[in-house]
Amino acid sequence: MRRSGLVARFRSPEDLLAAVKALKSRGYRRLDSYSPFPIHGMAEALEAEDARLPWLVFLCGAAGAALGYGLQYYTSVIAYPLNVGGRPFHSWPSFIPVTFETTVLLAAFGAVFGMFAMNGLPQPHHPLFDVPGFDRTSSDAFFLHVEASDPLFDRPKTEDLLLSLGAISVHEVLS
Amino acid sequence: MSSNPETVTAKPDRLVQVPNKEPASHSVSAAGADAELLLGSHSYDSVTDRISGIVLDQRSHPTAWFAVFALAFLALNGMMLTITWLLYRGVGIWGINQPAGWGFDIINFVWWIGIGHAGTLISAILLLMRQQWRTSINRFAEAMTLFAVACAGLYPLLHTGRPWVAYWLFPYPNIMGIWPQFRSPLIWDVFAVSTYMTVSALFWFVGLVPDLASLRDRARNRFARILFGIGALGWRGSARHWARYEAAYLMLAGLSTPLVLSVHSIVSFDFAVSVLPGWHTTVFPPYFVAGAIYAGFAMVLTLAIPVRAWYGLRDFITDKHLDWMAKIMLATGLIVVYGYIMEMFYGWYSGNPYEGFLIKNRMTGPYAPLFWALLVCNGVVPQVLWSPRWRSSPAVLFTVSLVVSVGMWLERFIIIPVSLHRDFLPSSWGMYVPTVWDWGMFVGTLGLFFFLMFLFIRFLPMISIFEIRDLLHRIRGRRDLATEGHHEA
Repeated sequence: MRRSGLVARFRSPEDLLAAVKALKSRGYRRLDSYSPFPIHGMAEALEAEDARLPWLVFLCGAAGAALGYGLQYYTSVIAYPLNVGGRPFHSWPSFIPVTFETTVLLAAFGAVFGMFAMNGLPQPHHPLFDVPGFDRTSSDAFFLHVEASDPLFDRPKTEDLLLSLGAISVHEVLS
Repeated sequence: MSSNPETVTAKPDRLVQVPNKEPASHSVSAAGADAELLLGSHSYDSVTDRISGIVLDQRSHPTAWFAVFALAFLALNGMMLTITWLLYRGVGIWGINQPAGWGFDIINFVWWIGIGHAGTLISAILLLMRQQWRTSINRFAEAMTLFAVACAGLYPLLHTGRPWVAYWLFPYPNIMGIWPQFRSPLIWDVFAVSTYMTVSALFWFVGLVPDLASLRDRARNRFARILFGIGALGWRGSARHWARYEAAYLMLAGLSTPLVLSVHSIVSFDFAVSVLPGWHTTVFPPYFVAGAIYAGFAMVLTLAIPVRAWYGLRDFITDKHLDWMAKIMLATGLIVVYGYIMEMFYGWYSGNPYEGFLIKNRMTGPYAPLFWALLVCNGVVPQVLWSPRWRSSPAVLFTVSLVVSVGMWLERFIIIPVSLHRDFLPSSWGMYVPTVWDWGMFVGTLGLFFFLMFLFIRFLPMISIFEIRDLLHRIRGRRDLATEGHHEA
């Protein structure tokens, strides 16, 4: 079994956030926190903000617009031109509603599937699930994970540091 | 009640905006308003326990659940019979014919779609406006959206007469060499409704994932744990995941907001783009959207009031929630009444004899009682909601909601067959009378709706658990801030 770091449980979201900030200021880099709800300020503290997702959504939306409009142009002008009430084949105002819908549809796909893909989900099992008490992360437990690959990671020192920051328990993660 | 609004004087950083500002003497500070959204003394654990318990403890369901479910199931079976007969005989079994080619099929389609809109309003628009009170009703309302849209979708599908070839509505390369006609609002509707259904389902599912993880971690039954585990996708509450999750959720809300407005606007184009008197007015899109939200909030109240009583959820769906929903209903109701006034004004101001006749026919023609009933249901009765005392009575709210649901149904009846039955040429006039199969289908979709809704209540968390935990955290933060007087930001 390979060691993949230490995981410490904290009493409250405030304690967890303070511990993350303290570890960051000491130079730890490979950290993650686990909580039953998003903690305001945590993403900034962990430098975990991901700017790619909004761009992905934008690109998907743009693709949706192009595909939607392109589909209508192709079918109404090229593949099957039909005179309807004397309106031009390329009646662009009539093409706006469908273009709008396909834009929203593809952008929403980008947001949902992009988010799950970037999060690496679905992932049925994760070594953290074996940590005692980790199942309470979905109700009232707050965990901090220091990965063994962190350059500053040192089993006894890091454990002491976590305990001094107010951790109520520290466990080793095995994978 | 552990919360004490008077002692809380926190700096309102993430303000809860009270929609209708109450008189200064009644005004509550931001934290106080939040605190009223979650009553009782709760911890993160008790919140999770209370809501997931409804799903995990199958003995927690009251007799009322079985009663409603049985009735709904009966109606659903009636619908199955109706649809079987319809597929065998064709749409001739309905009351539609010349001159009224659109009847219950379109009335109920518009009615159901409208009901769905409140769910998206609550989950998306109120999220963008940072209305904390959406938290305990959004899941429930989103489920309502999905099921209402499913009921709505059945009508145009069956109205095509040959639902087995309904896929012809979608553009795909086919051996017939034909394509949909994109200059028609009817094809816009196909795209709008199917996109709406898909995006609503995604929004709902994304919101469910962290709660499914809670259920997975709490379920003692192995089978339930595996099923919830599959749904939770391995969610483990990582901060990195939460960051992307919140970003995605916010973007979905931003996308759903114009989407929901577009859906009912496009539904109204089905009418407004035609040249028929009574349909050809520019007020239709905003007036339809307001009517949709009006009907939707009525349905949310109709469901939420009994369900919160049966399941003892008054801590989560508080009187404050009911009060604010009632205010939105009152406001959108007034917009709808403005729409009615404008329709009458157009009838007169257009100077067009057909438009003028239409208004006269609505008021004094064979369907006049329905028109006056509509004004009473949608215009007069909801005005009781101006009174804070009546608004705070669940019984009054429940009754008004039912009346509004009936009123909004009548509105669609007035707009659709009543506009059609007497057209330009008196020799082609006729009457529209729904048949027993029309009623069977309508009662059947009500059955389908309540059937799905009550299955949802039983097998999925009807209140968003993680958002309530988050709300609890915010309330606690403000309380600490107020009592300690100092707190690092």
